[in-house]
Amino acid sequence: MRFDLQVIASWIEPGSRVLDLGCSTGALLAHLKHEKQVQGVGVEIDENEAGEAIAKGLTVIHGDIYEEIEDYPDSHFDYVLLSQTLQQVYSPERLIHQMLRVGDRCIVSFPNFTHVKNRFQMFFTGRAPVSKELPYQWYDTPNIRVIPIADFRRFCRRLHVPILKEVAIATHHHDSKGRVVSFMPNLFATFGIFLLGKPEA
Amino acid sequence: MSEYVDGLDTGASVGRVEKQYYTFGEDGQGIVLDSGRMLAPVTLAYETYGSLNADGSNAILVTHALTGDSHAAGYYSKEDPKPGWWDIMIGPGKPLDTNRFFIICANVISGCMGSTGPGSVNPATGREYGMEFPVVTIGDMVRCQRRLIDHLGVDRLLAVVGGSVGGMQVLEWSVRYPDRVCAAIPMATTVKHSAQAIAFNEVARQAIMADPKWNHGDYYGTGERPELGLAVARMIGHITYLSDESMRRKFDRRLQDRCELSFDFEADFQVESYLRYQGNKFVERFDANAFLFLTKAADYFNLENEYGNGSLVAAFSRATCRYLVLSFTSDWLYPTYQSRMMVKAMKKNGLDVSFCELEAPWGHDAFLLPNPRLDSLVTGFLDRIIAECVSGDR
Repeated sequence: MRFDLQVIASWIEPGSRVLDLGCSTGALLAHLKHEKQVQGVGVEIDENEAGEAIAKGLTVIHGDIYEEIEDYPDSHFDYVLLSQTLQQVYSPERLIHQMLRVGDRCIVSFPNFTHVKNRFQMFFTGRAPVSKELPYQWYDTPNIRVIPIADFRRFCRRLHVPILKEVAIATHHHDSKGRVVSFMPNLFATFGIFLLGKPEA
Repeated sequence: MSEYVDGLDTGASVGRVEKQYYTFGEDGQGIVLDSGRMLAPVTLAYETYGSLNADGSNAILVTHALTGDSHAAGYYSKEDPKPGWWDIMIGPGKPLDTNRFFIICANVISGCMGSTGPGSVNPATGREYGMEFPVVTIGDMVRCQRRLIDHLGVDRLLAVVGGSVGGMQVLEWSVRYPDRVCAAIPMATTVKHSAQAIAFNEVARQAIMADPKWNHGDYYGTGERPELGLAVARMIGHITYLSDESMRRKFDRRLQDRCELSFDFEADFQVESYLRYQGNKFVERFDANAFLFLTKAADYFNLENEYGNGSLVAAFSRATCRYLVLSFTSDWLYPTYQSRMMVKAMKKNGLDVSFCELEAPWGHDAFLLPNPRLDSLVTGFLDRIIAECVSGDR
């Protein structure tokens, strides 16, 4: 399993109820189900990936995360996960609010746009960065947002959403190994992973 | 369902099978229908494949679509040209694996394939019921199926699986008898007929009733049957089972056995000839009155009114089983939005539901056609159901 997913899994208490938005073929859900006896539900918009996940014996809804999340009752889940999808989300604010409505906590991970390699690429070549973590040209990318770790923190502050835990990691996004970056994560981390709590009143 | 579905050898066949019959209510105490009328006695034609295990935990009920029957898999004889209607799904090594599961499929009441219907003899008159037959509902069909399940010694069904009108029965089972169903797989179906679906059915019924040989349903034993009307009804139905794309791929505007237009009303186009053929073939095996009653039952089906006082969320609050809901992209009879509606209501009740809209160009009938995705979904889902339901940690 990918290193970032391992980090996310390590934060989840056994036996929890989990909603995984954009669950792909359900690698994390399957891990949580078998290793932590988690009751998991996934949402995935791609038919092939959703079909593969259901065929694995997981509970998965083939559909759009904005629409599907709305049907769940308040605080129905212990955790709502959004793994490496935020950079493709049209209304992050709305989605985060929904996530914290249906879940007590949510875990968000995303590629850190201001990683040192990206900065070098922009600075020295004057072109939009293409990296292992963000492997698309400007014209074919599904990623509509650039998210620096530092900006995400400010975003959470603005929404009065408490950050309960935060880890920055350096890894290839397909890699099963990686390391935690504690020195200047906004510069040296390839991914940020955040555990968020309910918004403060 | 359409007739162009031929069995594909995707796995082994269940081999020779036999139609069986179960009758209850011979003492006059049959079943009080939703209409308030009593039906007795009631006979159900059914078939089973595989065997029931010692603790009775491996039974799966397969429910058939509008004009289907109990013959879901295998062959009646060596000369039988075609296997049962869902042979691609049922058999050793197939998704409904008869090495593991005990599969039951019964012909619904008001049908004409061995179960009590308008062509059966009314014990009160000694003549066929005809239009004297009571209008039955999907709920009535399911209640009769429950009697059969009791008779077969099955306390709790591992799953109920079916498409189209069969899917309605699946939904009805899950809500009516929550204690007796572990899992439900409704495919290409709806919780209630749309105006469009009712409209098509009404045109089909009118075609039958407009045939002078229908004679208000009183044609049994006369040697005359409303074949023309029934064939037209079937042609209308058949169009709704296909899709624009499947018809274009299959026929486009190609001509039938000619190279130029006839300038009369022969079947110039292949699609015309195909529909006529399907209509005529249907007439050989189906009873017009049964078609009237079955379409009416489908039109009446309304899960939210029946169980939720108008609220689908309330209706599904009764359910406890795990669901796998499946729809097909080109199904315009029961489009995906109708499946999404039921999934939404299930989710709002915190039910365990998986949903997938399968890409398929073949229209409503897609659930009857070979589809590896469909196979893997059903197989994976049932594996989980066995692990979660049979091992006891419900």
